[in-house]
Amino acid sequence: MTAPTAPPAPGFQEELLPPRVSLFWWAERRSYLLFMLRELTSVFVAWFVAYLLLLAIAVGQGPDAYRGFLEWSALPVVIALNAVALVFVIFHAVTFFYAAPQTTVVRLRGQRVPAALLAVPLYLGWAVVSAFLLWLLVVA
Amino acid sequence: MTTSTRRTAEPFLWLLFSAGGVAAALAIPALLFLFGVAVPLGWIAAPDHTHLLAVLTHPITRLALLALCALALVHAAHRLRHTIIDGLKLRRFAGPIALLSYGAAAAGAAVAAYVLFAAV
Repeated sequence: MTAPTAPPAPGFQEELLPPRVSLFWWAERRSYLLFMLRELTSVFVAWFVAYLLLLAIAVGQGPDAYRGFLEWSALPVVIALNAVALVFVIFHAVTFFYAAPQTTVVRLRGQRVPAALLAVPLYLGWAVVSAFLLWLLVVA
Repeated sequence: MTTSTRRTAEPFLWLLFSAGGVAAALAIPALLFLFGVAVPLGWIAAPDHTHLLAVLTHPITRLALLALCALALVHAAHRLRHTIIDGLKLRRFAGPIALLSYGAAAAGAAVAAYVLFAAV
């Protein structure tokens, strides 16, 4: 193989090298930031699982341990953490129910059902499940 | 080659991600509102211990909570995996990051199974 005689055309280097991206690329645009915040909801989903298991352990250990858990959960720092987590998991639910129908094509009499319309039963289902859980735990 | 195995595992991981996303979206906001905010702030009286124990020890509750915990953890692991790889530009460590993410989720699911079926 002989070495190329002509210098590379303008743009040649850029095509071969990966573009330089800042480590904070997600802060550059509002849509990127929202994307990153949506991805961060996963941290709070994982936190909820840990919190739920701590509650289950306390309930399993008896009334005193359960009371201890309730006292711990009422610490301002724990309430603050859970309040932030609640905002994030609601953000997760809203965006997930909004996004799910966008990836699903449902046809009714040959016409594609609009994604916004498909999201309605998901939001209704969310309301029903939430109401059932609150009823089961508080009212029943 | 690892790429061929990864190619077959990806759709399954995305399926679990979606299932976990739906489960988390349906159940977590209400539960976190109740036990994380409303009860601690005194808006709603804390559920009775005997009632809560009865609910938690019901077989359907154990299964449902295990499914919720396991799927939610896999969902979170899947999202974190991609966020760490893309957000922190660590594509060269994509393999270990994926292993660590799903490994942590599997360990968490095992803890959840132990807690829900043996400790309550």
